[in-house]
Amino acid sequence: MKEKEGNKKGKQLSSVSRREFIKGLGAGALGTAALSGGIIALKEAEAHPAEESLEEGIKIPLRLKINGIRYKVEVEPRYTLVDVIRDQLQLTGTKKACDRGECGACTVLLDGKPVYSCMTLAITAAGRDIMTIEGLASGEELHPIQQAFLENDAFQCGFCTSGQIMAVNGLLKQNLNPSREEARNALAGNICRCGTYTRILEATLDASQRLRKGGGNRG
Amino acid sequence: MGRRVKTRVEEEGKIEEINVELPHEDLPPWEEKNLVWVGKGIPRVDGFEKCTGKAKYTYDIHLPGMLYGKILRCPHPHARLIRLDTSKAQRLSGVKAILSQENAPPIPWYNDSFLFDRTLRCVGEEVAAVAAVDEYIARDALDMIEAEYESLPFVVDPEEALRPGAPPVRPGGNLLDGKPIIYSRGEIEQGFDEADLIIEENFSTQVQAHACMETHGSVVNWEGDHLTIWESTQGVSDVREGMAKALGIPISKVRVIKDFMGGGFGSKTREGKYTVIAALLAKMTGRPVKLMLDRKEEFYATGHRPSSLQYVKAGVKKDGSLTAIYLRSIGACGAYETPLFPSKFSMIDALARPYRELYHCPNVKTEVYPVYNNIPVHTAQRAPGHVEGTFALEQVMDQAAHQLGMDPIALRMKNYALKDQVEDFPYTRKALDQCYQKGAEKIQWEKRNKKPGEKKALICEGIGMAGQIWGGGGGPPAYAIIKINQDGTANLLTGTQDIGTGSKTVFVQIASEELGISPKDITITLGDTETTPYAPRSSGSRTVPSVGPAVRSAAADAKRQLLDLAGSILDSKAEDLAIREGQIYLKNNPTRKIPLKEITQKMGNNMIMGVGSRGPNPPQAAINVFGAQFAHVAVNTATGEVRVLKVVSIHDAGRVINSMTLNNQIEGGIVQGMGYGLMEEVIWDKGTGIMLTPNLHAYKLPTMLDIPEVVPGVAEGSDPANNIGAKGIGEPPKIPTAPAIANAIYNAIGVRLKELPITPDKVLRALKI
Repeated sequence: MKEKEGNKKGKQLSSVSRREFIKGLGAGALGTAALSGGIIALKEAEAHPAEESLEEGIKIPLRLKINGIRYKVEVEPRYTLVDVIRDQLQLTGTKKACDRGECGACTVLLDGKPVYSCMTLAITAAGRDIMTIEGLASGEELHPIQQAFLENDAFQCGFCTSGQIMAVNGLLKQNLNPSREEARNALAGNICRCGTYTRILEATLDASQRLRKGGGNRG
Repeated sequence: MGRRVKTRVEEEGKIEEINVELPHEDLPPWEEKNLVWVGKGIPRVDGFEKCTGKAKYTYDIHLPGMLYGKILRCPHPHARLIRLDTSKAQRLSGVKAILSQENAPPIPWYNDSFLFDRTLRCVGEEVAAVAAVDEYIARDALDMIEAEYESLPFVVDPEEALRPGAPPVRPGGNLLDGKPIIYSRGEIEQGFDEADLIIEENFSTQVQAHACMETHGSVVNWEGDHLTIWESTQGVSDVREGMAKALGIPISKVRVIKDFMGGGFGSKTREGKYTVIAALLAKMTGRPVKLMLDRKEEFYATGHRPSSLQYVKAGVKKDGSLTAIYLRSIGACGAYETPLFPSKFSMIDALARPYRELYHCPNVKTEVYPVYNNIPVHTAQRAPGHVEGTFALEQVMDQAAHQLGMDPIALRMKNYALKDQVEDFPYTRKALDQCYQKGAEKIQWEKRNKKPGEKKALICEGIGMAGQIWGGGGGPPAYAIIKINQDGTANLLTGTQDIGTGSKTVFVQIASEELGISPKDITITLGDTETTPYAPRSSGSRTVPSVGPAVRSAAADAKRQLLDLAGSILDSKAEDLAIREGQIYLKNNPTRKIPLKEITQKMGNNMIMGVGSRGPNPPQAAINVFGAQFAHVAVNTATGEVRVLKVVSIHDAGRVINSMTLNNQIEGGIVQGMGYGLMEEVIWDKGTGIMLTPNLHAYKLPTMLDIPEVVPGVAEGSDPANNIGAKGIGEPPKIPTAPAIANAIYNAIGVRLKELPITPDKVLRALKI
């Protein structure tokens, strides 16, 4: 019944029915009568790989060094580092969750220090050493911090985990033997909505011990 | 086809009788002493992906030629859209499509509204959408769309919305269905007459945001008339069904995939407007579209735990027995009915359930007023209703114990409910008494202040407790398939989800246990409607108790076929054989064994495929999860700051499948419950209808610096409710945290805090009275 009334009212809202919309559209089918009202006429419907860099005069070339690999990208000055890492280089281990420096999910190391990559413009990272979660393990072999996270079950959904691990990595580069309090303070800028903080803290102290036994943090 | 029976299934308080086919065989409970994998705290099977950044979330899906979608949202709390000019945005280079009420099909949405509607009833409602080659251009395009609105009168405060003459949120009045939702048993007035003591209190609880780390969103791709959707969801099947209906296409043409998902907590149970918008934009452009909400949209447009005002009156006799409980409550729906359980079942009423069920009481009346107001629609959030209701009820119990001079645990034991009083069914198992006892030992209950607030100091410490009831029994339908490979490994397929709870690992453990092979030899596929059989959405703490028994049943079916094969090869009877740790052996002579691999190698391409389904729940019985939490707090009487030092949380969730992920769930529930109790609050400006807290700075989430020591635990034993003996643990730990903290604060300073969240200003104000 609801559906029927909906359609009746819908006639006043729009002249396009669902069936017409789904049937009448598709690649190359743009500009049909049903669409002449509001949709822009598209010049091309097919994707072209080069198309995405057609913003002439706006984008500038940039060289980034990430996990020891050099990349050449073209960016607008306003692009943040997290967006370039993720959308252009498809290093999607780094997450963006707040886009304003409040949650730490985008944490990467810049010259060995943890930074929020959503608050870092890509152009300011040129020529510097960037390390993302993808640079931590050697092949299939987990870094001791990652192993500690795995064994302590220091995550649930895992979305903040890359940022947490990079924050721990930054801490253990500066201080290989942090106290509980030092670790808590160092990790206070990374939110875990699932609430696995106790486990992240235990994993941090566990990793610190593993690294000290192994002779330091080379991550 | 097997025999069909009727069975009772519960989800977040909604109870249904459904028709279900009986599984092939009724499996007896596992023998406790023989368990190899079930109960072990093994690391997650997907831990490697999560630790290395290789886990692919919806947000990480990148397809060739993919466009980015963005949504223009209404800035007014109540308005009519009178003009929309998209011409400037259309001319922006890189913009590929614009969708609005002008060109979108009229897809019905909440109540009698549409996907894009001219009447907009809250800030954040969808007005238009764009698809562009990158996210930056898509955002630029939104800025270039000109929209003109006619402002309409609005109301934000739920009490004001109920007053005569209040601005109508929608036609038909601001009270949902024009009447309160009433439950009643016994004679409430007679109950109060019999009481020696009457407690009357008002409580208020705030709006809580889900604040999932991965925002809601979709990546959508059309291949001809076949639609593939990557969706950050708790229910792939629900999204498939919803999208087929919204677009008017066959279910068979829709595939929904969710491998990894960054938090849902009740808010990702079905498709969103963004999913449909992404599908329409993709159809218009002939290109894949990714549409992920930003953080502000996540706060505005994905639902929240509704606020409540609760007036409670309870009557008790001198010996502590409850004679009557009355609740009158107002709950804010937002501008629409919640899409999860439309009309017949209001989630606003869920807060009354603890009042009806947690304690034995002959006379109970609950009267709940669900009210429309001009804020976005609410939705389920981790233990909906129970979190709000238990906050008030458990403080009333604490108050009664204090006034009667009774131990709060003794008062609860005095009113111990031995059956479900609403349904009049016995519980399949209730070990709440064990939870009280174990928790009291671990918190050192005897060390609480004998007289609340007796010690005057700058820092006052106190101990308090609260109990919990929840559904979490699960039920049919749910299915699983296990394929045995030539090398003795297995593939497990089921259409459920792992939303971070660890269910992937739990199901592998169950299959390992039944099949007698190692978890490392089993690969699980879930969260894909095209490759797996149906399993329900991950809500109501029912994933493990619904899907787990189906997985066990599939494994048992595969094992039976394996042993048949082994019997024929080894020239013995299948029933004389068993499998354990990858070896097939003779039951009466376990030293005679042969590796499973040697048998499976001989089967060539003959397939062994075990099929399992979830059987019915036991008839005439209620299945519930119980628990008790104890909090130890320190209150700074100069600053009003509350620090939670320790929380002990003991639950009756039946059998534990993975002790590590179970403890993780309990700990996480407590952190969210503590956030709810002390700091989290979505604040709406009553004068403008705008949210003042739409980011992770203004909205205060617990961080590493706030967390207490947590001691998780369980009441030992399994529940006879299903063939694995387990119930759900996802939601229960969040329920009693806020009241346990509030009762601990009372024990520390002798003042009761009845408004959430308990922020320092409220503590100071209460101390001055």
